[in-house]
Amino acid sequence: MRRELSVLIMIILAIFLFIMAAGFTFGSPLETDMDDYFIMNGQEQIATNNIVTTIVFDYRGFDTLGESTVLFTAVIGVALMFRMIVRGDSDENE
Amino acid sequence: MRMSKIVRFCADMLYPAIVIFGLYVIMHGHITPGGGFQGGAVVATAAALVIVAYSYEEIQGMLSKFLLQIQESAGLVMFAGVALIAIGLGTTFFYNYLANSGLLFGMSVPFGPNPGELNTGGFLPLMNIAVGIEVWGGLAIVILYLLSGIPKEGT
Repeated sequence: MRRELSVLIMIILAIFLFIMAAGFTFGSPLETDMDDYFIMNGQEQIATNNIVTTIVFDYRGFDTLGESTVLFTAVIGVALMFRMIVRGDSDENE
Repeated sequence: MRMSKIVRFCADMLYPAIVIFGLYVIMHGHITPGGGFQGGAVVATAAALVIVAYSYEEIQGMLSKFLLQIQESAGLVMFAGVALIAIGLGTTFFYNYLANSGLLFGMSVPFGPNPGELNTGGFLPLMNIAVGIEVWGGLAIVILYLLSGIPKEGT
């Protein structure tokens, strides 16, 4: 019973999403104000050719700071976990 | 577990080439595709190659966990510190105070397609170097810790 119910919900959801997507044409509505601003002013303001680096490290520097912190936290987590595992092994051997 | 002599020799030959290529990707992050994250991952791949080719006991003398931790922390501190200097100069956080200034990395570029110049970009090269150092240390230390969890009776 639960299985048929879940399949029915999935089918209804798929039809719903398809109807929603069928109403749009690809590429519209076109919102290029931010893109145009970066392309027109990036070279002049930040003085470099790579617009992607300009956005990642300057216009959205906070985002990159968060990414670096996430990587740092992940490494700390791995270090803590494996330090405990290795220490547990050595305690058992001794 | 230690690999054969052929694998170890090839790893020794490829190690400097991979490190140099990774440092090139980091240094030219503001001109060519790539940047700190990608270049740091390339350099960490060199560390992974050596770690796979040699055994964990042999690698402990060459790659120090303590030094890699210091390196990773230094990268993050350098990233935040370069951005914090902007506040000390009276502008906003993450303001690019070196761009178009004529100082280090301070040259201007003309509008439109041009071949590019290494001495441009303001603090973007410094940011790329900081992130590259951090990703290098971080990924290398993750691989080193994962390898240290392997039980030893296999050798």
